[in-house]
Amino acid sequence: MRPIHSKITEIIEESPNVRTFFFDTHFETAIPGQFVMVWVHGTDEVPMTLSGKNSITVQKVGDATSRMFELGIGDHMGLRGPFGRGFTPPEKDEKVLFIAGGVGAAPIAPLADIIKARGIEGHTILGSRCCDEILFRERFACGRVDITTDDGSEGRSGFVTDQLAETDTSDYDRIYVCGPEIMMYKVFEILKTRDVHVKTEFSLHRYFKCGIGVCGACSMDPEGLRVCRDGPVFNGSELEGSEFGHYERDSSGCKCHF
Amino acid sequence: MNIAGIELKNPTILASGIMGTTGAALARMGRNGAGALVTKSIGPVPKKGHNNPSMVELECGYINAMGLPNPSYSGFCEEIGIAKSKTDAPLIASIFGGDSAEFTEVARGLLSSKPDCFELNVSCPHAEGYGASVGTDPDLVHEITASVVDAVDVPVWVKLTPNVTDITSIGRAAETAGASAVVAINTVRGMAIDIHSGYPILGNRFGGLSGPAVKPVAVKCVYDLYKALDVPVIGVGGITCPQDAIEMILAGASAVEIGSAVHDDTQIFETINKGIDAYLQKYGYSKTEDIAGLSHEMI
Repeated sequence: MRPIHSKITEIIEESPNVRTFFFDTHFETAIPGQFVMVWVHGTDEVPMTLSGKNSITVQKVGDATSRMFELGIGDHMGLRGPFGRGFTPPEKDEKVLFIAGGVGAAPIAPLADIIKARGIEGHTILGSRCCDEILFRERFACGRVDITTDDGSEGRSGFVTDQLAETDTSDYDRIYVCGPEIMMYKVFEILKTRDVHVKTEFSLHRYFKCGIGVCGACSMDPEGLRVCRDGPVFNGSELEGSEFGHYERDSSGCKCHF
Repeated sequence: MNIAGIELKNPTILASGIMGTTGAALARMGRNGAGALVTKSIGPVPKKGHNNPSMVELECGYINAMGLPNPSYSGFCEEIGIAKSKTDAPLIASIFGGDSAEFTEVARGLLSSKPDCFELNVSCPHAEGYGASVGTDPDLVHEITASVVDAVDVPVWVKLTPNVTDITSIGRAAETAGASAVVAINTVRGMAIDIHSGYPILGNRFGGLSGPAVKPVAVKCVYDLYKALDVPVIGVGGITCPQDAIEMILAGASAVEIGSAVHDDTQIFETINKGIDAYLQKYGYSKTEDIAGLSHEMI
């Protein structure tokens, strides 16, 4: 598909470095965890997981996202998608745990919206660097929310893993995780030790070139799974023994260790 | 089947640039039935490639301008080793350079990882100073091919660009320089523009067209090359089903490479191989070689 010329209809400043952009293009069929390729005209095209049917939540980290932060309501971007495999929504009687760190809360928030609408109770461990950067706390209000901050400015001082270490995970049917890869890997290690990693789903990030499953730039070792097409959401059992938590590849294909 | 110096498991080969970044991805395509595997094109130094968008699906096929991203030969030897250890499909190293010295440097640099064959990319349509920039000149193609043939002890194939007036003159240059086969075609130069913003869609502005739209172009090139050359011709361009592969073989292809079609089906190799077998059985042939170039006799 060609990029859909999409107008920015609203911008919410979530924190100094994170903004949510709303568009006049709605991806009604999108499953939480799926992504769109966002074309910032004249700069670059980057993958962004949808934080809603018509929104992306962006952290300013590079050329494309910096350019996005210069755009205002009425400006346009090109959107292609939705692409990839999203999260598996829970059944009505299942117990759900969300673990989100930083802007990793964005792909999980639409799942929390669904759970809230279906009346399912979800427990969330929501981490950020400081109180000003806590994302979507109101969207996760579908049950208990444990907040952690690196600097201790709100909630528990420390990381989501500190909270997870004291959380009994045996009762949960599904555990959804997104955040920086090192955080996700630490979570994976804890849950694997408890032998509940098969109940988990992780949303991964890799450098995407084509974004549609052809070029192989985002393939993960050792099975050659494509993050853009076979993911970005993977079950924990699919990540066992993989490069997850160890290294990724840059745009030239060179390995970069975490 | 032995084609141009290497023993193929079957006549369907993974084309360069598709799932070729890592050894694991290549091996996956081998497990999915590819008769041989071509790596992404590897050059002398690490290259990030063009900015995105670098590949977009259009109404008639795909347009791409990756810009030859690669970790360099020194960074890629390990991946070839992994691919070779995890699949028994022959491994063909696609290489590029700006001149014969660079091509030779890359080929020599990859030799320690023991590729079964080299495919010279003198046909990428959108990388300044590389690919088609050198592949449209028969003298340069001759010089580069001869230089690599001299430097390595495995077969050398040359992948040709269709963006020339006469592809057979380039094919002859490769053949006389010692190429074991020619591969036709690489993508057809093309462009797509977003009419709402006015921006060319690809980060590089223009690129190469692949997929169903280019198949007739590829069939004609293969047909012409089969007639003009003695070395085998490997057909590539827009093959998405068994019928496409058979058409290419009837035009003169000894084997086919499959690229964009992996988008819809990573099991495409198995599908096409089964279809070719069924066709051969239906029309009373025992092997692919029996029908290669058959259309030339139908005048």
